[in-house]
Amino acid sequence: MTTAISVSGLVKTFGRTRALDGLDLSVETGEVHGFLGPNGAGKSTTIRVLLGLLRADAGTTTLLGGDPWRDATELHRRLAYVPGDVSLWPNLSGGEVIDLLGRLRGGLDQRRRADLLERFDLDPRKKGRTYSKGNRQKVALVAALASDIELLVFDEPTSGLDPLMESVFQECVREERDRGRTVLLSSHILAEVETLCDRVSIIRAGKTVETGTLAELRHLTRTSISAELASPPNGIAQLPGVHDVVVEGNRVKFDVDTRELDTALRALTESGVRSLTSQPPTLEELFLRHYQDEQVGAR
Amino acid sequence: MSGITGTWPLIRLALRRDRVILPIWIVVLSVIPGSTVSAYEQLYPTAAARASLNAGTGSNPSVAVLYGPAFDLSTPGGWSAWRYGSFLALFIGLFAIFTVTRHTRAEEDSGRLELLGSAVVGRYAALTAGVVVAGASSLLIGVLIAAGMVGSGLPVAGAFTLGLAIAGTGLVFTAIAGVTAQLTEYSRSANGVATTVLGAAFLLRALGDSTPSASWVSWLSPLAWPQQAKPFVADKWWVFLLAIGVAVAVATVAYRLVPLRDIGAGLWPSRPGPATAPKSLSSPLGLAWRLQRGSLVGWTVAVVAMGAMFGAIADGIGGLVGDSEQVKQIMERMGGTQGLVDAYLSAIIGLFGMLGAVYAVQAALRMRSEEVATHAESVLATAVGRVQWAGSHLAFAVLGPVVLLAASGLASGLAHGLRAGDLSHQLTHTLGASMAQLPAVWVIAGIAALLHGAWPRLAVAGSWTVVAVAVLLALYGPVIGLTQAVLDVSPFVHVPKLQPGTEFVATPLFWLTGVAVVAVAAGLTTFRRRDIG
Repeated sequence: MTTAISVSGLVKTFGRTRALDGLDLSVETGEVHGFLGPNGAGKSTTIRVLLGLLRADAGTTTLLGGDPWRDATELHRRLAYVPGDVSLWPNLSGGEVIDLLGRLRGGLDQRRRADLLERFDLDPRKKGRTYSKGNRQKVALVAALASDIELLVFDEPTSGLDPLMESVFQECVREERDRGRTVLLSSHILAEVETLCDRVSIIRAGKTVETGTLAELRHLTRTSISAELASPPNGIAQLPGVHDVVVEGNRVKFDVDTRELDTALRALTESGVRSLTSQPPTLEELFLRHYQDEQVGAR
Repeated sequence: MSGITGTWPLIRLALRRDRVILPIWIVVLSVIPGSTVSAYEQLYPTAAARASLNAGTGSNPSVAVLYGPAFDLSTPGGWSAWRYGSFLALFIGLFAIFTVTRHTRAEEDSGRLELLGSAVVGRYAALTAGVVVAGASSLLIGVLIAAGMVGSGLPVAGAFTLGLAIAGTGLVFTAIAGVTAQLTEYSRSANGVATTVLGAAFLLRALGDSTPSASWVSWLSPLAWPQQAKPFVADKWWVFLLAIGVAVAVATVAYRLVPLRDIGAGLWPSRPGPATAPKSLSSPLGLAWRLQRGSLVGWTVAVVAMGAMFGAIADGIGGLVGDSEQVKQIMERMGGTQGLVDAYLSAIIGLFGMLGAVYAVQAALRMRSEEVATHAESVLATAVGRVQWAGSHLAFAVLGPVVLLAASGLASGLAHGLRAGDLSHQLTHTLGASMAQLPAVWVIAGIAALLHGAWPRLAVAGSWTVVAVAVLLALYGPVIGLTQAVLDVSPFVHVPKLQPGTEFVATPLFWLTGVAVVAVAAGLTTFRRRDIG
C-alpha cells in the first residue's frame, strides 16, 4: 500500500496563534480516513496547507507524491475539495458552477454528473444565491464526485444536509472507495465516521493525539463492568487501569481501560463470579474524552 | 396587527445603521449651494462681467446640456440655481434610491428582513420605514439648502423655492425606488432599475434644455424641476406641490405592489439559469469575463454617453467661460496653454483618464472580494495556478481602461469633430490624447495589484486612497498652487498634453508604463508567496 498523504511535524502560525503545532497525518491510498477534532483544533488549517492555499512554517508534507505548495497546480488535477461552507457566485447557476469546477480540474464525467444530480435531488438551473446551505453543499459535492480524480478532500461536507441526503453522501463515498479512490473526511458526525472510515486521526490543539483503525481506537477506551460475586471483591481498586470503583457488599461496578480488561477479569474470577455485565466502549466516550481533555487543558 | 406595525423600530434601526452615511449625504448636499455664493462674487465681481456671462451662457444650448437652462446669471441666486440645480437634483435622486433600497430590498435580499418579519412587523413596515427615512432626509436637505442660501444673504423666497424643489425631486425618487424595490429579488438590480430611470430623466432634461423648440420635454423630468421653478427669477413655488403629487401617486403604486408578492420574492420572477455551463466558462479567464463583463459594458456605455455630451459642448465652451479672466486662468492651469477649447478637451480627457483609473481599481479589487467570499479558494483548489487566476482579473484592470479610453475618446472626438466641422483631425487628436492617459491608469492598476499581493488586508482602502490622492492632486493641485514636487506624486500629472503647438514628449509614457509593469510583476510575485484567505 502506498501513502496518499503524509504529513509530519507540520507547524503553521497566524501571528501569535500557533494553529498547527507539529501535526502528523498519514493517509494510505485507497482508504477512507476520518479526520476528527474539536472546533478550532486545526482541521481546516491542515486541509488548506494540503491544498497549497497556506504555506507551512515547518514540517514535511507530501501529497500524492508531490509537494502541495510547489506542485499545487499539477496535484490539483488529481484531487477534488469540498469546503464546509460552500459559497457560490450569486449570478451563476448551480449547473454552471459544477461544470466550471469540473473543467478547471480537468474534466467531468457527464453520466456521473447526471446520476449525482438525480440522487442528490438538485436543481442545477437555480442561481447561486437562491440555494439553501444544504443545496450549496450539494453543488460542490456533485462537482467533486463527478470529477475524474484520485483523492477527495472533504471538510465537514455534510453540514446542512438532511439525513436522507447524508445517507446518499455515505453511499457515494463507499462507491468512491470501491473505485479505489482515497478520501480524507473531516467530520463531526460520529455515525458518519463510524460507518465510512477505515482509519481515523484525532487532533487537538494542532497536534495529532490518536490515530489508527476504529478497532484499535476502541481498544484505547474503557469498558464498564458490573458484577455480582461470591464474596466481597478484594484489591480491585488497586489494579492498574481500573477506575471509579463502587462496592456494595458482593456487588461491584467499575470502569477499566480496555487493554487491562484481562487482568481485571482474572481478579474478579478469584472472588467467584455469579453474574457479569460488561458494556463495550463507545466511540462517543473516546471522542468526548479527547474533546473534554482539551477543555480541561485550556483552563 | 395593522400593515405598518413595527415601522417605528425599523426607522430607528435604519437611522442607527446609517448614523455615519446619512449625515454625510445631508451635509454635503446641503452646504454646497450656500457656500459658493462668495465664489460667484469673486469670479464675476462687476456688473459688466455678469452681463457678459449672462449673454454668453444664457444663449448656449451646449452648456444647457450639462448644467440646465440659465434663466438669469446676473444675480448670485440665479447663478447658484443654474450651477447647482440639476446636479443637486441628480445627487439627491441617487441618495433617495440608495437609501430606500438599502432598507427595503437589500434587507430582504440578505434574509435579515425575514428574521424581523417573524417578529411583530407589518407587511408594509419595511417599505414605510425606508420611505420615511429617505423622504424626511430629502426634506431636511431641502430646508438646509434654503437656510444656507438665506444665511449667505440671498432672498428667502428664492432660497426656499430652490431648496423645496430639490427636496421634491428627492421625494419623487424615494417613491420610484419604493416601486423598483418590489420588482426584483436582488438589491443590486433594484438599484440598477431605479438608477436607469434616473439616467433617463437626466437625458430627458438634457434634451429639453438644449432644444429650445421642445423645452416642454424638460417638464417630464423631475431632475429639471428645481431649475424650471426659476428660483430667484420667478419663484414658482408650486413646483414643490407638483413633486409631492407625483411622489404620492408613485408611492401608491409601490404600496399596491407589496401584497402581490411574497417576502424575499420579486414581482419579476428570477429567471432560472442554464443547467450546464457554456463553452466560454471553462477557464479562469472565462470566469473573470463572466464576473466582470456587466461592469465593463455599463462603464463603456456611460463613458460613451458622457464623451458624446462633453464633445458636443466643446465647440461652444468659449461662451460658457465668458470674459472672466480668473476662470480662464483656472481652466488653462488645469488643462493646458493653447486655446480654451483645447484646454477644455484636455481637461475632459483627463477626467476620463481618472474614471479609467477608478474602473481599473474596481476591476483589480474584484480579486480581493473573490478571496474574501472564499470563491478564490474554490478555484485555486483546482488545477488553476495563482498567477493564471490573478492574471485573469488583472487583464480587466489593464485592458478594460483601453476599451474605456478608446470609447470615450472616439465618442467625444466624433461629437466635437462633427460640431466643429473638422472630423478627421479632431477625431485622431482626441483619440490620441485619450490613449496617452493609459500609462498613468496602468500605474494605478499596478499599485492596486501590488497592494493585493503584498498587503491584502489593506488592498481595498489603500487602492482607493491612491486613486483619490492621484485624482485630487491632478484636479485641484494646480488650482490651489501646490509645488511641482508634490504634484509629481500623481501619475496623471506626467501625462503629456497632446495639443497643437506643444511639443509631444513620449518619455513619461515609457517610464510610467515601466513603473506599471514592475508593480504588476511585484503584485503577482507576492501573491504567489502568500496565504490565501
